Amino acid sequence: MKTYEIVAKTELAPKEILFEIYAPDIAVKSLPGQFVIVIIGEKGERVPLTICGYDRKKGTVSFAFHEVGKTTKELGLLKVGDRIANVTGPLGKPSEIKKFGKVLCVGGSIMIAPMLLQAKAMKEAGNHVTTVIGARIKEALIMEKEAHAASDKAIVATDDGSQGHKGLDFLKELLKKEKFDHCVALGPVVMMKDVSEITKAFGIPTIVTLTPIMIDGMGMCGVCRVTVGGKMMFGCVDGPEFDGHKVDFDELILRQRLYLPEERVNSVLWEIGECKCGRNKA
Amino acid sequence: MRKQDPKVRAKNFSEVALGYDEAEALEEASRCLQCVKPQCIVGCPVEVPIPTFIKCIREKRFAEGVVALKGKNALPAVCGRVCPQEEQCQEKCILGKIGQPVSIGRLERYLADWEREHGFQLPERAKPTGKKVAIVGAGPAGLTAAADLIKLGHEVTMFEALHIAGGVLVYGIPEFRLPKVIVQNEVNYIQKLGVDLRLGNLVGRIHTIPELMKEGGYDAVFIGSGAGLPQFLNIPGENLGGLYSANEFLIRVNLMKAYKFPEYDTPIRLGKHVVVIGGGNVAMDCARCSMRLGANVCLLYRRSRDELPARKEEIENAEEEGLVCKFLAAPLRFHGDEKGWVKSMDCIAMELCEPDAKGRRSVKPIPGSEFSMEVDTVIIAIGQTPNPIIQMTTEGLQVNPKHGTINVDENGKTSLEGVYAGGDVATGAATVISAMGAGKRAAKAMHEYLMNKK
Repeated sequence: MKTYEIVAKTELAPKEILFEIYAPDIAVKSLPGQFVIVIIGEKGERVPLTICGYDRKKGTVSFAFHEVGKTTKELGLLKVGDRIANVTGPLGKPSEIKKFGKVLCVGGSIMIAPMLLQAKAMKEAGNHVTTVIGARIKEALIMEKEAHAASDKAIVATDDGSQGHKGLDFLKELLKKEKFDHCVALGPVVMMKDVSEITKAFGIPTIVTLTPIMIDGMGMCGVCRVTVGGKMMFGCVDGPEFDGHKVDFDELILRQRLYLPEERVNSVLWEIGECKCGRNKA
Repeated sequence: MRKQDPKVRAKNFSEVALGYDEAEALEEASRCLQCVKPQCIVGCPVEVPIPTFIKCIREKRFAEGVVALKGKNALPAVCGRVCPQEEQCQEKCILGKIGQPVSIGRLERYLADWEREHGFQLPERAKPTGKKVAIVGAGPAGLTAAADLIKLGHEVTMFEALHIAGGVLVYGIPEFRLPKVIVQNEVNYIQKLGVDLRLGNLVGRIHTIPELMKEGGYDAVFIGSGAGLPQFLNIPGENLGGLYSANEFLIRVNLMKAYKFPEYDTPIRLGKHVVVIGGGNVAMDCARCSMRLGANVCLLYRRSRDELPARKEEIENAEEEGLVCKFLAAPLRFHGDEKGWVKSMDCIAMELCEPDAKGRRSVKPIPGSEFSMEVDTVIIAIGQTPNPIIQMTTEGLQVNPKHGTINVDENGKTSLEGVYAGGDVATGAATVISAMGAGKRAAKAMHEYLMNKK
C-alpha cells in the first residue's frame, strides 16, 4: 500500500465524507485533539483537518470533511485506492484526557467525527460521558449510532428542530438537572461560542477546538492567531484546543471569513473548469 | 550586471538580476589578481577557493571551475544570488582598496548557472561508513550538512516539515531574487548524491530526536530547523484582517505562489496602500513583492536610513521599483472597519539617541508627535525566532531561555551527545551563508564524532 492512499471512504451524510488513509508514521503518533494538513497536489492549498480516528496496527488515520470549498470538493471526488499528494501530521497539542468525572462532549456538523474520538477516549479514561450531536437539519446529522455507542448517553439537536431538540437551549435545562465536571465542544464557531456561554454560567470548565485559517500549521505564519484571555495565541501550536470561557469568538468569526470571497471564487472557477490549476472538475 | 528595467520588473516576479553572459564573465574574471595569499577566501564563511574557480573561468575550463566551487559549496547558484558578498569575500578583495572589487558573487552565479545548463556531474563519494545521520530541516544549513556528510560516506536522511524542500530559500526569499527552479535544482542535486528526503515530516511531532537516535538507528542528528516563528508588535489591533506577519505574507506569495491565484489555490489579498514595518532584508522582500502585486508601498522604520539593516543593494533595488520610506516612525495601534479589516494606523515620530556600547543607536518617541495614516494592508517584518517544537520535545537539549535558540559550541555541538545544530535555530535570524557555514562546520565535527565513536 502506498503512503497517503485512501483505504476507506464513507459518506456520512450528503457532502460529508470520512476518509481513512494509509499513513503509518502519522498513525503511530496521533492522539485525540490533533490535526493533519492535507495537500491535494502541487498547486494545492494546505488544508487543516482534525483527526477523528487512527489504527496503529493497520497504520491508518482518519479525518472527515464537509465539501464546501475547492479542495474539499476535490477530495470528495477521490476514491478508495487514490492517493493524496501529502498529508502532514500529527500537528497541534493533544487533548487532555483524564478522569474528570462527568464529561459533556458537544459536537456540531462535521466536527462530530473528531468529537466522538475524544468522547471514546474520555470514556476509556473512566468518565461518565454524555454526548450531544447537532446539525443544521436532520439530513445533515452524522454518526448518531456511533454517538450512542461511544457514550453513556447521547442527545440529538438540530437548528430547525427537525430531529431532537431545537437549538442548544435545552443545555441550560440539562445543566440545571445534572452536574458536569468537564465539557468539550467541537463544531462551528457560533456553536462553540453558545456552548461556552451556557457552561460558563454553570462554572463548567470547557475546552473548545478552534479551526482558524491556517497555512503551514506549525507555527510559522501566524495567520491562525486567536485572542485567548487577552493574549495572542497561535491556533496551530498553542492549540487547537483552548479554554472556551476565554476565547474571543467574535474576533475568530471575523478572521475565519477573511478570505471568503476568494474561496468562493476559486470554488466556482473550479466547478466551471476555469481555475487553470490543471485539476479541473472533469 | 544587467538587470531588468525597474519599471518593467516592478510588475513581474521574474529574476531582477540577469547574470553575466560568457564574454562578461571572462572580462570580469580577467580582473582577478590571483593573489598569492588570497584574502577573499578568508572572507568566505565556507572557504570557497575563489581564485581557483576564477582562474578556471578565465581559461574557459568551466567544468573544472564547478568542481572547485562545489567542493566547498553545495549551493553555489543560491549563494551567487543571495550572499552579502560586499561584506564577505568582496570586502576583502585587494582591488576594492583602490576601486571596484572583483564581482565574485556574479562569477559564482555564472559558473553555477553554466553547470545547470550543461548537466550536473556527481562528485565521488567516500566508501560507505555504515553510519546513519538524520538532518532536521531542508534549508540552507541542512542541505549543506547533508551534502557534506553523504560525500563522506554516511547514510543521510533529511526530514522536512513543509511539503517542499528548501526552507527559507523557498518560503522566504522571493522568486525575483532567487528563482525556485534553482532551489529545486540544488535539492535534486543533493538527492542525486543519495540523500533520502522525507517531506511533510515534522520532527518533534512524528519522531522526536531521542526516538530517531534510539529507535530510528541514527548515529547522529543535525538540527537546522531555522527561525520560523514570527514576532508581532504587541499593540492594539494586530489581529485585524489585512495585517500579515512577514512570514505569512511571504509563505503565501513564495511557497504557495499566491501571486498566481487562482492557478494556485492559496490566495492573498492586498490593498492599494501597503505599509511594511521593519528595515531588514525580509522587510525589503515583503515591500518588493507587494509592489509586484500592484500596491503602493511605504516602509516604516523606527531608526533612520543609516541604520537600515537590509543590504544596500536590496534597498536600492526596492527604491528604484518605487518604494517610499518613512524613517524615524513607529506604529502605536491599528484601526479596523466594520468587517474587521485594517483601515488606518496611528504612529509616533521617533528620535535617535546616542550610540550604545555596540555602536547601535536606539530610538525614543517624541512626545506629542502622533500622526495617523490610511492603510489597507500592513506587513509586520520585525524578525523571527526559532520554532520551539524541537526544543519542547527533546529532553536534555539546552536552550537559551531568552531567545529560544539551541545552545551550541563553535562546531555546532549541542548539550546532547551526537546531536548538532546550526543556522538560525542556533544563532537567531541571520543569513543564508552563515547558516551554510554552520552546516559545514557541524558536518565536519559530526564526521569526526561518527568515525571515532565505538
